[in-house]
Amino acid sequence: MNMVNAKINNRAVSVPEGTSILHAAKDTGITIPNLCYHPDQEIKANCRVCVVEVDGCKTLQAACATSVREGMVIRTNTQKVRQARKVVVELLLANHDMNCTACKKNNHCGLQEIAANLGVRESRFENILVHREIDTSSPSIERNQNKCIKCGRCIQMCAKVQGLAILDYIGRSGDVEVKPAFGWYLGDVACVACGQCSVVCPVAAITEKEDIERVWEAINDPDKTVVVQTAPAVRVSIGEEFGLDPGAIVTGKLVASLRALGFDKVFDTDFTADLTIIEEGHELLERINHGGVLPMLTSCSPGWINFIEQYYPELLAHLSSCKSPQQMFGALAKGYYAEKIGKKPEDIFSVSIMPCTAKKFEAVRDEMSIDGKNPDVDVVLTTRELGKMLRQAGVDFNQLDEEDYDAPFGLSTGAAVIFGATGGVMEAALRTVYEVVTGKTLESLDFKAVRGLEGIKEAAVDLNGTIVKVAVAHSLSNARKVMELIKSGKAEYAFIEIMCCPGGCIGGGGQPFGGTDELRLKRMDAIYRADGALPIRKSHENPAIKKLYDEFLIKPLGEKSHHLLHTKYKNRKK
Amino acid sequence: MNKNACVRKLLTKRFGEINPGSIDDYISRGGYDSLRKALAMSGGDIINEIKNSGLKGRGGAAFPTGLKMQAVKEAGGSPKYIICNADEGEPGNFKDRYLMENDPHQLIEGIIICAYATGIKHGYIFIRGEYARAAAMVEKALEQARIRGFLGDNILDAGFDFDIDVYTGAGSYVCGEEFALLVTIEGKSGRATYKPPFPTTCGLYNKPTQINNVETFCNIPHIIEMGGAEFSKIGTDSSKGTKLVCLSGNVVRPGLYEVVFGTSIKDIIYGLGGGIPNNREIKMIQLGGASGPVIPSDMSDLPLDYASMRENDLNFGSGAIIVMDERINVLDILKRIIGFFHHESCGKCTPCREGLAQTLILLDRFIEGVAVEKDLALLGILIETMSEASICGLGQAAPTAIKKVLQYFPEEFQSRIHATDSAAV
Amino acid sequence: MQVKEALEKFGRTPDKLIGAMLAYQKTTPCNYLTQEDIREFAKETGLPESRVHSVASFYSLLSTKPRGKYIIQVCHDVPCYVNNSTNVVIELEQRLKTKMGQTTDDGLFSLEYSSCLGCCDKAPAMQIGDNLYGNLTAEKISSVLAEHRRKSHE
Repeated sequence: MNMVNAKINNRAVSVPEGTSILHAAKDTGITIPNLCYHPDQEIKANCRVCVVEVDGCKTLQAACATSVREGMVIRTNTQKVRQARKVVVELLLANHDMNCTACKKNNHCGLQEIAANLGVRESRFENILVHREIDTSSPSIERNQNKCIKCGRCIQMCAKVQGLAILDYIGRSGDVEVKPAFGWYLGDVACVACGQCSVVCPVAAITEKEDIERVWEAINDPDKTVVVQTAPAVRVSIGEEFGLDPGAIVTGKLVASLRALGFDKVFDTDFTADLTIIEEGHELLERINHGGVLPMLTSCSPGWINFIEQYYPELLAHLSSCKSPQQMFGALAKGYYAEKIGKKPEDIFSVSIMPCTAKKFEAVRDEMSIDGKNPDVDVVLTTRELGKMLRQAGVDFNQLDEEDYDAPFGLSTGAAVIFGATGGVMEAALRTVYEVVTGKTLESLDFKAVRGLEGIKEAAVDLNGTIVKVAVAHSLSNARKVMELIKSGKAEYAFIEIMCCPGGCIGGGGQPFGGTDELRLKRMDAIYRADGALPIRKSHENPAIKKLYDEFLIKPLGEKSHHLLHTKYKNRKK
Repeated sequence: MNKNACVRKLLTKRFGEINPGSIDDYISRGGYDSLRKALAMSGGDIINEIKNSGLKGRGGAAFPTGLKMQAVKEAGGSPKYIICNADEGEPGNFKDRYLMENDPHQLIEGIIICAYATGIKHGYIFIRGEYARAAAMVEKALEQARIRGFLGDNILDAGFDFDIDVYTGAGSYVCGEEFALLVTIEGKSGRATYKPPFPTTCGLYNKPTQINNVETFCNIPHIIEMGGAEFSKIGTDSSKGTKLVCLSGNVVRPGLYEVVFGTSIKDIIYGLGGGIPNNREIKMIQLGGASGPVIPSDMSDLPLDYASMRENDLNFGSGAIIVMDERINVLDILKRIIGFFHHESCGKCTPCREGLAQTLILLDRFIEGVAVEKDLALLGILIETMSEASICGLGQAAPTAIKKVLQYFPEEFQSRIHATDSAAV
Repeated sequence: MQVKEALEKFGRTPDKLIGAMLAYQKTTPCNYLTQEDIREFAKETGLPESRVHSVASFYSLLSTKPRGKYIIQVCHDVPCYVNNSTNVVIELEQRLKTKMGQTTDDGLFSLEYSSCLGCCDKAPAMQIGDNLYGNLTAEKISSVLAEHRRKSHE
């Protein structure tokens, strides 16, 4: 690799050719502020906060967009640079809803942080914001254009990673806005509610729909038994809300923190993840053995469900009829647990903590109610909202002692934990399907071919002489490729796992802000460490699952399963 | 002065003397002879002639054309593209329209010669949407050139294939900016994009691309005809050849004039343009167009010459001279200029999108007489940030006129500062 | 003309979108692109609706709002401005009994400001369709309007 030598603030640096000034400066201990830059995205260079002086250049240069060249003399901290950055931030603030204390991203806002660092306390320019209606039409995400700084990160995320392009720049000059075509509401366009836009938004222009107050109300209601479930991916990310390193495994503290908030029972979505493997695994075998529609597609990811229902409804028959683990849990909470503890279903208030915004949409679907009146999952909170709730209650997360989940939905396996990462559902399914079909014990439980951030992954397993090919895709641009392959009849797979979000649920749209591939890999690593640390790593060996079948469900794909754990998806093409 | 002393007709020599819709007329006046001559030369020799001619880009940036062509020729990657920027939208400019409407084959011949020299097979002429008539003239001329074998496969049996498409804009000044122009041809909104590093290596569809202005291309046949050395005898040390000047504003005979570099602004206004109606005084002159500097009348002795302009921190851009007489309100004019840029900003980068709106607000404070001292300081900081930190030439150049008014006509702002300001504080 | 026809003529690749939209818009009675038009362009080119709308909203020659049969574009940049383009605006507004940015009640004329038309040597200037009119006076404006009214009856 060719190295180039330059000077940054009089310090010599040597960096590989093609390194941006932004990165080179970071190596020398200098953080250059930036808003539109995102490490996983194309360079946009439009916010102009990262400008620096380069000797010989007539104008200031954007550090994100300028590569270090041999002999370059760069200055990041001159009067000119400081003034330009300040003015740029003031210009943004002058067209921004500056009521920071009322803002959902207060203390988590990129603009606020940069303004504070630059010593900008108010804008010297007249505030010219024309207040626009806040779009609350989606049950999952909220769009507040009064906060938008037009950095374009959401546009790129939606177009390049998810391949949807719901948002774009509309208009020009001072009129330019980031919004769906024709300014339609998010709830009226073919948005899948994945919330990836909200993960990359540096301000509060796109955030999850906040449902914290409804949970407080339920907790304060003495007549309600408030149960909570926690998704696999939350235990490796919630720590980030409290300053822990990405990838810290904090399962026990998570349980303790939820009890501290006043939840009556703390359960684990991992339990129903194991259950999903049993039901979905049997569904797959049923399809293989009885000429059902193949390849079968997983159905745990509601953003993905929204995608196939709206973009590829002709392929719905491929979708597993299994509800997602969240909804299986909800159905059991109201259709099994309530009775078990002598309560009516409506007296149970069921909350889930999810890395996901689309789960909010899933929870309010008409199909997701066993009595047709009350939703099986009453409220979905994202990882970020749980962080907020804990701060509201003053719970010092890092000081908590670890605690265990409650029975009967507390015991789970390593197979369930890995649901949180792309490839995890497939690996968990293979662990079970292999042993159920062959009657043999797997030598190695690690199906490494389906792990990692590769967009589309493939593997093959030998089931008693039948080679079964499987595939895994994550992010919807990859899902689209797989769908086209199926449509063309060239998909020779029996089973395909699809996750809506990049990296799977650990990269979900409800996870702590600032998701990058680097962060996703750390969370992913934690997921597999958590799997490895568990005594049981195969869903069919979970004794609590066995007990549930013995006591209640009787058998996989049985009548009770059909009623509680399976559903139908529908054509929602727009 | 003798008004003919500064006039030399090269690019405009056929204007009015030929039917621009007739290729035969063009050919009968020596048209396409330069192409024949060029096709007998090597690409390198042609580029050398152009280098020797000293020709600099006429779109405003004044980059040496020969060097640009060499960079494209040497750049790796294929296919390569050649684009004629005919997105003339800078207020005060109309030369490209005249060139296309009055002698379209001259432009086409220039483009073909460049494409041959740099080894390019596909060209575009990007014409702004408002120039429907010019676009029609060019389309017709292209068709004629194809029929005569000047375009298409195996041009004049020289084994060179090349053709040109006309691309019409849809109403956006910023598309004249190279990167915005490129994304527009690719069918996107013409927002200035970050594209590394220059079109010569990474232009249209990320391929090496030569982009030049209409007038630049129109010079090429003449350079080939007379040779680079001969061409370089026209003009001054720093500025070779002739320049088309678009004279407009408060002047007796506005119009397009072709002058030799070195001619003074005053000679153009008074000698060619006949001076100011009713013998009024000049208040200020804007050079280049809306993005150009303004100067007071006592600087009008300056010659049209790159070096002299640079010495005075001025430039004449693409060659417009807009004369404003004593009756104008300077701040009112500035508001018009900033209003233009505010309308045409693509809205992508912060300094331009937000800065222009704030500039208008500040200008209004002065116009209404409610500005205070610190507004002047703020305006100064704002326009500096816009010109330093904007992503493209539009935002960088938009405040030029204000900057120059602050330099040459500071009293225009000072006199509008609210009198009670100092007392109040 | 149908959206499909425009695309047949220009080609369905993204780089042909702007030209096709301009050509199509010209044939619509109210000189603009409806939401349905934009959605159809998106469907036919395979581009996202947001992208097509983004393009339609960016260029000043494309409109997403209904306009008159004839669009009068008045230049008000500096060369025209110092040659009294303001009077042209007043004259037009009075004669047409409408305001800049609006359309006459009979739907015949829309008044728009335009960026420089490249007619600075004949300032003040305006453009209607492909026709440029310079050195405007009250009389000339009156005759141009009359000419277009006549044309509309043909």
